[in-house]
Amino acid sequence: MTDPSAASLPTEPFPRSVWPRVAAIALVGYVIYACAQLDVSPARVETGLENAWRFFSRLFPPNFARWELLAKGLKESLEIAVLASALGIVLALPIGLVAARNLMPAWATWPARLIIVAARSFHPVIVAIVFVKAVGFGALAGILALTVASIGFIGKLFTEAIEEISLKQVEAIRATGAPFASVLAFGVLPQVFSRFIGFATYQLDSNLRNSTMVGIVGAGGIGGTLFAAFQRFDYDFVCAILIAIITLIMIGEVLATGVRAIFIGNATLADLLRRGGTAPRERHLEDD
Amino acid sequence: MLSLKHLSKSYVTGKPVLTDVNVDVAAQGITAIIGASGTGKSTLIRCVNRLVDPTSGEILFDGADLAKLSGRPLRHARRHIGMVFQEYNLVERLTVMENLLSGRLGYVSPWRAWRRKFPPDDIRRAYELLDVVGLSGYAHRRADALSGGQRQRVGIARAVMQEPKLLLADEPTSSLDPKTSVEIMELLAEVARSRNIPVLINMHDVELAKRFADRVIGMASGRIVFDGPPSELTDAMLTTIYGGEGWLQ
Repeated sequence: MTDPSAASLPTEPFPRSVWPRVAAIALVGYVIYACAQLDVSPARVETGLENAWRFFSRLFPPNFARWELLAKGLKESLEIAVLASALGIVLALPIGLVAARNLMPAWATWPARLIIVAARSFHPVIVAIVFVKAVGFGALAGILALTVASIGFIGKLFTEAIEEISLKQVEAIRATGAPFASVLAFGVLPQVFSRFIGFATYQLDSNLRNSTMVGIVGAGGIGGTLFAAFQRFDYDFVCAILIAIITLIMIGEVLATGVRAIFIGNATLADLLRRGGTAPRERHLEDD
Repeated sequence: MLSLKHLSKSYVTGKPVLTDVNVDVAAQGITAIIGASGTGKSTLIRCVNRLVDPTSGEILFDGADLAKLSGRPLRHARRHIGMVFQEYNLVERLTVMENLLSGRLGYVSPWRAWRRKFPPDDIRRAYELLDVVGLSGYAHRRADALSGGQRQRVGIARAVMQEPKLLLADEPTSSLDPKTSVEIMELLAEVARSRNIPVLINMHDVELAKRFADRVIGMASGRIVFDGPPSELTDAMLTTIYGGEGWLQ
């Protein structure tokens, strides 16, 4: 009792595609191949675990006997992070602005975009090695390396934020006869300010983490101390350093949340203390 | 006051949006431009303050041809032309007061503008205008916390802050409900009449145009097809402007 006209209708609800399956099979095949190449076998994992157990049992208890060395390194790391963030923000603002294609002519955006891409090309450790070779061992190399990283990150996100603004608001300010610098102050910056604060605090957080690492290549901060402790198998001191770094990062996070809340949510210090440092929700629009 | 001569504009070569538009706007009164969507009303009004650059023709305003200006002379000419937008175009994250004062940016140096240091006279006038548009007490609200009608009131106040010699309005009521539309038109008419500012306004609502305009310009396909007082706007004329007739009851 089938309808004869139904025979001509297609029976498949979706077009079949072979390529996703081929890609999935290829991926599984490559994972097996790579494991064989790199000698990742159950036996290798077993020896690794034994070694890890011995290592971790030597980490504890942490040894804070050399706390002065620890504090000095942390202080230097903090200074590197704050200085690099401040310098990076100050430099990234104009570069990011000039790179925005909706506000600037092509001859201006290309060089600015080139700077941002160059600053993002290398991992901070590689940049730090370059600066250690260029300006010598110590915190200056670390500050410069993290400044470059900050310019790359904030510059790129700031440019994207500006390119997403509503040009209607900019048009209205232009229509008043405002000069370009005032158009920026009233038409552009208000639209990107809160996002910019977000980028900046995130970058400070990121610089704090990276400032504990550039020391490994001799660019100042706690990283040098950490590396030396590893080299001497002072694993209990390593553990103390790691705990100190975790504490530093957590304090940084709380501070960053506070800064965001003050600038974006218009919270006061009293609000923050009452809320226990969590960010306030975006204000609701009043519908009337 | 404002005189458009042989104004033409095409965004794509060979497809003109405006063709040989000639208009003289008197030193006072409300001139409404009506026409179907896409006939170039908005382009015409944006040519006047050069938010859109005309392809050819002259825009004579205040003794200068705006079509030839650029840079600082153009900015200085724009200071005398206030504009009200269809979607209000307030800076959403700024307060009502900041939006009002942005009407003075053509006169205040960027250095002062960045630090929000406006002359006391401007601040006093901003508070007065807030009162005029019925928003006293709203000075420190953020623009994105206002309703559509309130936003357009701020939009009008911002334009009037410029102390303009000409007020342009690009579909100022199209995003509003009928009741608010009438209120906004009444406010616009009142503000313009009391300050002797001529208004050039775009609209597609024929009834509103008849009710508030002293003169109506009808556009179709980028050309002016009617120019006269609202009383001469017959059904036959409206058919010419909008095409078809099914929509006339």
